Amino acid sequence: MTSELIYICAGSGLVGLAFYRLATCRDMLLRVLSLNVLAVGIAILFLASARDAGMTDAVPQAFVLTGIVVLVAVTAALLALAEQIDRQRDE
Amino acid sequence: MSEFLPIAILMTSLGVAPLILMMPEHASRLRTTVNLAAAILKLALVFWLTAVVVQGGSPDLRFTVVPGLDLHLQANALSVLFLALSAVLWLITTVYAIGYLENGVDRSRFFGFFTLCVASTVGIAMAGNLFTFLIFFELLTLATWPLVVHRGTAEAHRAGRIYLAYTLGGGLALTVGTIWLYALAGEVTFTPRGVLGDLAQTDSIALIAIFVLLIAGVGVKAALVPLHGWLPLSMVAPAPVSALLHAVAVVKAGAFGIMRIVYDVFGIESVQDLGLATPLALLAAITIIWGSVCALRQDDLKKRLAYSTVSQVSYITLGVALISPLAAIGGLTHLIHQGIMKITLFLAAGNFAEGHKVKTVSGMNGMGRLMPISMFAFTIGALGMIGVPPLAGFLSKWYLGAGGLEAGQPAVIALLAGSSMLNAAYFLPILYRAWFLDPPKDAPVGRNLGWMLVLPPALTAALIVAAGLFANAPFSPLGWTRFVVSLEYL
Amino acid sequence: MSDISLLVLLPLLAAVGAATTPRTSGIWGLTATALTATLAVWLTLDVFQDGARYIAISGWVAPLGIVLVADGLAALMLLMTSGVGVIVAIQAASWGVFPSSCASKDAESLRAGFWPMWLATLGAMNALFLSGDLFNIYVAFEILGLTAVGLTALSGTRSALRAAFDYLSAGLAGSLLLLLGVALAYGAIGRVDLAAVPMLADTIAGRIALAFIVAGLAVKAALFPLHFWMPEAHSSATPVASALLSALVVKGALYVILRISIEGGAGMEALRFALAVMGAAAMLWGAWGALRATRLKLLVAQSTVAQIGLITLAIGVAGDNLQQNGLWQAAALLMLSHALAKAAMFIAVGRIAEELGHDRISGLNRKELRPGAAEFAFAIASVSLIGLPPTAGFIGKWILIDGLIARDAWIWVALILIGTALSAAYLSRVVSRCLRGGPHVAANAHHPAWRIGDITALGLATSALVLGLASALPLGLLEITAK
Repeated sequence: MTSELIYICAGSGLVGLAFYRLATCRDMLLRVLSLNVLAVGIAILFLASARDAGMTDAVPQAFVLTGIVVLVAVTAALLALAEQIDRQRDE
Repeated sequence: MSEFLPIAILMTSLGVAPLILMMPEHASRLRTTVNLAAAILKLALVFWLTAVVVQGGSPDLRFTVVPGLDLHLQANALSVLFLALSAVLWLITTVYAIGYLENGVDRSRFFGFFTLCVASTVGIAMAGNLFTFLIFFELLTLATWPLVVHRGTAEAHRAGRIYLAYTLGGGLALTVGTIWLYALAGEVTFTPRGVLGDLAQTDSIALIAIFVLLIAGVGVKAALVPLHGWLPLSMVAPAPVSALLHAVAVVKAGAFGIMRIVYDVFGIESVQDLGLATPLALLAAITIIWGSVCALRQDDLKKRLAYSTVSQVSYITLGVALISPLAAIGGLTHLIHQGIMKITLFLAAGNFAEGHKVKTVSGMNGMGRLMPISMFAFTIGALGMIGVPPLAGFLSKWYLGAGGLEAGQPAVIALLAGSSMLNAAYFLPILYRAWFLDPPKDAPVGRNLGWMLVLPPALTAALIVAAGLFANAPFSPLGWTRFVVSLEYL
Repeated sequence: MSDISLLVLLPLLAAVGAATTPRTSGIWGLTATALTATLAVWLTLDVFQDGARYIAISGWVAPLGIVLVADGLAALMLLMTSGVGVIVAIQAASWGVFPSSCASKDAESLRAGFWPMWLATLGAMNALFLSGDLFNIYVAFEILGLTAVGLTALSGTRSALRAAFDYLSAGLAGSLLLLLGVALAYGAIGRVDLAAVPMLADTIAGRIALAFIVAGLAVKAALFPLHFWMPEAHSSATPVASALLSALVVKGALYVILRISIEGGAGMEALRFALAVMGAAAMLWGAWGALRATRLKLLVAQSTVAQIGLITLAIGVAGDNLQQNGLWQAAALLMLSHALAKAAMFIAVGRIAEELGHDRISGLNRKELRPGAAEFAFAIASVSLIGLPPTAGFIGKWILIDGLIARDAWIWVALILIGTALSAAYLSRVVSRCLRGGPHVAANAHHPAWRIGDITALGLATSALVLGLASALPLGLLEITAK
């Protein structure tokens, strides 16, 4: 019970922190990082709900894995865009 | 075969308009031919339809858009009346416009939208239910706006903005009223005596609100006070536009709408039961007086005529609001007569502006000598408006007065007399200046007016005289309206 | 493997083909779009005859398997996407020149990049419309997000790249919210298919899950106040990309919101009310933005914000399917009419900018150039957006107001009317500028020559105009539900 509570608190804390940073800062790299932190926070919340008495449920873990894959792809795209923007700024 | 007449009449302008819009600017011969051919064809078809209706037929076309909402075109006596007026006057004005806009800019755009306007008016005339009426009514707004701003100047666009604000606002009111009525009463087909049935007892508050919304919606176009502000401003449009649209088509569409709503949607009895007849009559009376008073104060000729329209169109509203068959005859006949008279006045005014650059009353000195034919037409029109027998205007005022007596409102006679005096007050000075004063020594000379500009007002002036003299003939406007009203009241 | 899944596979495979052979990517693009459109028509006819269709991929059924569902609403959305897509694809194929503000030197390779992106977008949207469960929707949204961002960034200008970055980050935030909601939903009831949404709406945990899902969708649908990424993204992209984004991509998220609302049942009332309020606010905010806009593309993008507000309002006040009042059909019809009109508008704006060299509203009246077909297409599209008869927008508003009056919901009616009046105001701003003339017209003024862009824009605008008269068809299609 308590470990679940820890997970939920940690997850919510990360999510809140990430949203706050997203709302307040304009720097591109920081935004990418905030989004990653947001994803991790949500993943933790996910996993917390996956703990049943006895067997762990595989479906939420499948969801989280998909989410991680998507996150990596999107982060790559974000970074590529950020680099293009930076290069344009320097020109 | 005759079943398709309504759609054929509609398509002679609705189908032709896109063609004209796409014509290259320099193809004036082609454009003129197409315009005139379409106008003549439409007139011929309307005559055919009149013959069918006289023999008792009433072609009817329905098309379901959404279950519960039909597009409905119907040709009965009332629609044929309005249709004939529009078709005849459109042909005459097309001839005038071709002559007026010679060497003008954007003629394809002008005539394309001109044709679209007539299509909308035809649709309004033949609409068989409130939904169809609404569609063509809004189309009329969209088709007339480019004509109002045709000159493209800042003043024209300002007038266009105000025009659009008024008419789209009215359109919103009309739309909400229509939807509400459909929600209450189902499909609102135009039937003499109205479609409300028992609803007048059960939902009277809702019906009163709907009536206000509907009348406000059409009242903008009919220039009912206080919704008339757009009309004098839109005189910035070229003369053919002012003539046909704002003296005849748009304004008459509004009056026609009031007629449809009172007679064929609510029915005279419901309007009376709901207590709406008197307020409407009062509003009409206020408009009559206010329009005339404002006309007195205008020096600009077209603005004076515009305010005169504001006043005169409310005769029709008055005729509708007074609960009496004679008043109805008067109002409906005035729809026709006022249309013919006003168009004469506007066409002549356009000639004064083009021929001698005269746009104001104070510049009208000696016009009778400079442009006798146009001035003669103008005189006939003015005398008709004042109500001098045996011209057309006299008859409709007579019936209105008689109707007022019949409805137990003798004040109407005073109103008519008063407004006739006001009419005289703002028309007679023009006539005096034109015929009895000398033209200024250095009268500016505009362009040479060809037959295309001089013949139309002369023709319509002749129609005014004919409508008055031959009023008892079977197919005069008067005879026709007697027939229409008999369907309403018996 | 039946034709339903083909609707998803065909565009995706063609996208791969187009990406690997840049020379012939245009041919891949056009043929695949045309084929998809044919399949969509075929499917619609099937649905008309036989009712809704299901397939379960590989035979695994709910709650764990992926189920594709094609009912009337899905078929209508598929038709809309591929229909508008075909015409926009024709326009893209003919578009010789990107706007002159294109910063990248490699225009050819960028144009080649358009086709894979568009095809992948088409595949993702089809997957979205056909999905039968929430997780599949999430995956489709991810693909859609990446490809739509690709379309936005295509022109390579500084503002486009920045807009694309903001779009992608907002999109990711939205997807994460969506994922969170799906997770909570699974935690609450152990299933994620759409048929289980009514169960979700009955429990507190389920309602929180739904709230997160709808919040994520609201970000993706650019619903006020989460729309901040949209105006820049749609106005910095090339006209063809803007047309696709505004007309089609945002409809994906709106479709899912509509679906959930229909299935949701009575428990979702609070959420629906929130949607309606946000929709009304979006209508007013978007109109305000459009009235103040100085650039034509920005005005059109703000107009999209307003129209999305209207559609969301319709969804919010519609209630669920069980109430039989048909208001949700108004929302679907409004989506359809907006797609046609908005695509027409963006293409027309692209043509106008091409002729003029800029898209500033104050510079629209020009001395040597008279208004051409593109301005006319813009005007006709405006008629549909304002909602004047006989367009489909008018019929949609009619059904909406009719339903609201029947429920005495006068405040919503008043808000819709205000929104309509405002849209007339900002659209007539543009159209009246195009009609300036008189003393400003030079003696040798000419009309711009006809291009394919004019024809496509006119075609789309005219179909929006007359669709109103043919509304019986889409509405009949919508009757076929998956129950």
